[in-house]
Amino acid sequence: MILSRRKLIGIGAAGAGGLLLGGCDRLNDSETFRGVLGGATGLNQRTQRLLMGNSLAKEFTEADISPAFKPNGSTSVGNPAYKAQLAGGFADWALRIDGLVKQPLLVPLSALKTMPQRIQITRHDCVEGWSAIGKWQGPQLGTLLAQAGLLPSAKYAVFHCADVLEGAPYYESIDLVDAFHPQTILAWAMNGQPLSEPHGAPIRLRVERQLGYKQAKYIMRIELRDTLAGLYRGKGGFWEDSRGYQWYAGI
Amino acid sequence: MSEAETEAPPPPQPKGGDLVRRHSLVTRLWHWTNLVAVTVMLMSGLMIFNAHPRLYWGQYGSNAPGHPDPAWLDLSHVNGGVPFPPWITIPSHYSLADARLWHFAFAWILGLVIAAYLLWSLISGHLKRDLAPRPAELAPANIWHDIKNHARLRFPTGLAALRYHILQKLAYGGVLFVLLPGAILTGLTMSPGMNAALPFLVDVLGGRQSARSLHFLCAFGLVAFFFVHIAMVVLAGPINEVRSMLTGWFRLPRERPGKQEEDAA
Repeated sequence: MILSRRKLIGIGAAGAGGLLLGGCDRLNDSETFRGVLGGATGLNQRTQRLLMGNSLAKEFTEADISPAFKPNGSTSVGNPAYKAQLAGGFADWALRIDGLVKQPLLVPLSALKTMPQRIQITRHDCVEGWSAIGKWQGPQLGTLLAQAGLLPSAKYAVFHCADVLEGAPYYESIDLVDAFHPQTILAWAMNGQPLSEPHGAPIRLRVERQLGYKQAKYIMRIELRDTLAGLYRGKGGFWEDSRGYQWYAGI
Repeated sequence: MSEAETEAPPPPQPKGGDLVRRHSLVTRLWHWTNLVAVTVMLMSGLMIFNAHPRLYWGQYGSNAPGHPDPAWLDLSHVNGGVPFPPWITIPSHYSLADARLWHFAFAWILGLVIAAYLLWSLISGHLKRDLAPRPAELAPANIWHDIKNHARLRFPTGLAALRYHILQKLAYGGVLFVLLPGAILTGLTMSPGMNAALPFLVDVLGGRQSARSLHFLCAFGLVAFFFVHIAMVVLAGPINEVRSMLTGWFRLPRERPGKQEEDAA
């Protein structure tokens, strides 16, 4: 009844292999283990913020623009009110900014186009792995938020969108670090043309140091909030709620 | 092996059949931690690859409908667009979000243990003593001699088995200094946040999609190493080899009867 070293090593190796293959799915389903993995997500955000400071995303030249920019997620909006606005060039449409602000605003598209503008040629990285380079134009989000005047309790800017995916309204959110970053703009033009419907007309968010799913399209309203809890499923965005993508999408 | 001098004083010289200390505790700890980390990174990475099974060179690349950018590897028609099967991915069901959760947590383990191990190897002398090829070893004649011995499955015996031969040094050096750091740096380069923090990385690598291609090439390189490594362990005596990486103790292979001098390279 002596287990030889040979046997022990064999049992150990087989056990380790079995644990690995069978155990990963069990671990993946465990809330505790997901919490541990999620802890690394928070660590990633803090580390990146520390390393990034207020640095800018790389900006490219006209020659670098992708021949075709892939539209993804929602590429059209179903509701009739939106369709009517689209047909009329969003002439009597206005962006609403409200929530934890001193002065709620209604900003017509014409005002967004005549405010001080930022033009940037940047790379859009989808969480799936592909990239496309495009030229974006619009006012900085920070300018608009300064006009509305944030209350001290405001911590997040939430973007409420016109599109509905899988039965749920699309929304996204960023914190004030990204909201006031110089490259964070509300783009109404792409590659020199007003935004098309597949790319998010009338305006979409560009938050250039994060992935594509943060770049909310069809923005109708920006709400300033102190917490993301209590809004839809509480994770701060459509893909965060529906699939469990990380809220911080700097990776 | 690195502790052979300190823990097993030389006189009398160990000979074939003797048990000797081969792998230091640090090497053994790194080896097994790294195995777990690389395995999780690979399996979750294959799930991430499944989300967009095309690889490009340059700054951008996508499969825009009607105008796909040229891809040097396109597996989007393999197995219904999900080229890697459930038994080899984490998690086994399709979930890009969960795979990313695993990948970006275990990346810390992978990165921290390789950084610590390389630093220790440098400071302890393991790198210079055991891993760095000597000029004479890099002579084509010596490399060719080693390849021939491998092809004939003539592995070093006796005291010579305590030293890495040149093919081992090149393989281990390739993993420690090219494939693992390469996978980590190209991985960091795919992050838009890290691009803003360290813009030179993406420039050096020729763009984010080039970095993504190189990332998977490093991963496939590690897989290739894994299979050769396992084959060599099996051929050289799996029990003795695995024991030496678990306990540190290695039994020197006995000299072949009538053995020629050619093995004492």
